[in-house]
Amino acid sequence: MHVPKIVKIKRIIEESPTVKTFIFDWEVKNEIPGQFMMVWNLHDEKPMSISMIDPLKNEIGISIKNIGEFTGQVHELTPGDKLGLRGPYGRGFHIAGSKVLAVGGGIGMAPIVAFSEEASRIGVDVHVVSAASTMNELLFDDRIQRSRSKLLTCTDDGSHGLCGFGTDLAEKAMSEDDYDMIVSCGPEIMMKKLFEMVEKFKIPAQFSLERYMKCGMGLCGQCCVDDLGWRVCVEGPVFWTDELKMITEFGKYKRDSSGVKHSIS
Amino acid sequence: MTILEIKLCGIKMRNPTMLAAGILGSTASSLNWAARSGAGAVVTKSFGLSPNKGYANPTTVEVTGGVINAIGLSNPGVDNFKDELLKLNKSVPAIASLYGANPEEFSEIATRVEGLVDALELNVSCPHAIGGCGSAIGQDPLLTAEIVGSVKKSVKIPVFVKLTPNVTDIVEIALHARDAGADALTMINSLGPGMRIDIETGKPILKNKFGGLSGPAIKPVAIRCVYDVFDSVDIPIIGVGGIRDHEDVLEFLYAGASCVQIGTSIMYEGMDIFGKILNGLERFMDEKGYGSVDELVGIAHK
Repeated sequence: MHVPKIVKIKRIIEESPTVKTFIFDWEVKNEIPGQFMMVWNLHDEKPMSISMIDPLKNEIGISIKNIGEFTGQVHELTPGDKLGLRGPYGRGFHIAGSKVLAVGGGIGMAPIVAFSEEASRIGVDVHVVSAASTMNELLFDDRIQRSRSKLLTCTDDGSHGLCGFGTDLAEKAMSEDDYDMIVSCGPEIMMKKLFEMVEKFKIPAQFSLERYMKCGMGLCGQCCVDDLGWRVCVEGPVFWTDELKMITEFGKYKRDSSGVKHSIS
Repeated sequence: MTILEIKLCGIKMRNPTMLAAGILGSTASSLNWAARSGAGAVVTKSFGLSPNKGYANPTTVEVTGGVINAIGLSNPGVDNFKDELLKLNKSVPAIASLYGANPEEFSEIATRVEGLVDALELNVSCPHAIGGCGSAIGQDPLLTAEIVGSVKKSVKIPVFVKLTPNVTDIVEIALHARDAGADALTMINSLGPGMRIDIETGKPILKNKFGGLSGPAIKPVAIRCVYDVFDSVDIPIIGVGGIRDHEDVLEFLYAGASCVQIGTSIMYEGMDIFGKILNGLERFMDEKGYGSVDELVGIAHK
């Protein structure tokens, strides 16, 4: 049933000055990296990527960047406080290939770290490009290293790793190594550029899209993308490149809560 | 001509199903998708004069037999919506669902989109609207008549009126809409409103606290409304409320609906629901020897 389940925050990890991970006891069944939960703080409800799936301890985690009213309210919560969760929703990343490059930008690292842990666990050689504005905002380094994935970092200001964008580092990795597949989540402008690169390198790839969501259950139409009308909450949020070619708005515009278009720049 | 083809107020439809207002339908892309999936016509999500963000989340929650929602008529406003209407692929008839607070608003929006769609559906029945819109109108027979009359004077295309079941006597409202010039009646809008309360926190789940109930649970009420109105009103009825398979469609047709709309069950079945229903309907008609959908309309009254 599409009804929030009230759960207590088990623990909170401060990942960076702006990002916290909230861990919950959760009976893990078919949760897949790339899927999301609708998170209700008893005032508002927003879609958030699952950033940690632990089927052994039966825990899941949601990482939230403090960027506005809702995320600010959630950041003030402490262990023991309650949140409503419903999900998991949408289509997550498909794990395929023996060597995979995972590219995450900013809070887009949330599903990427869950993917790299899960893929590494089943024996895939995962290289992770982790991109952030500055060193303090690089996310999940310890978890990526513990999962035995190879970590490549870059920052906009050069304070850690390569000085440049995630796409610069991804291009370097793709030139030096042969990857069977690429997965990515991050700012759409980054993913659009990466999309063009993987097409050039002819590597199959999956991208996780973000659109304004209301119901999360495929009814309200708020997250439908042009021109095929697919619902990001059901048919997405993860799309293969061949599907993205049919999503003509990708990298160009997105709609707000009333449905008015805004260009992506 | 296939046996599923119908004519509604002079509009030819390849089959008697439509995408209902409010389910997807806020972009040309999703309307075209419904058409590609088999819908005989598509109805837009309701739009008004200006962009409206609607209510904050949670706007929807599932209940036994359906969903309660208080989306709050979110829409980008008529000017932005016209851009979407221009991108419709025109493979099936398109119906614009409009809302407003008074006759002038309805008529203005109607005039601005008349050239882009095949018909209008007036939403005077949303149970969670604010500012005098929605069921605040549809529960008042005189106000309903005033709005229908005003829109009819402003446009030449057919005007459907979507009725709320949340009234003492839906026949009275239906008669007023008909007398004011409505070309067809769509019934029913969501029921209630209803509520769902979280038992851990004691909080109503919807931000708006209450919302309209839709889905299979409301079908018996919708069937009864269609049945009652069919007896007293001589304009076509578009049946809507809880349809999930072709047997549900048959019930609506027997009760007196000329065609039907499908909405909430897309949550259960996805867009494939149109194809499944059409296959089932055609198979049934074939087995029973029916030659046209018209033969099924009103059977329960014979």
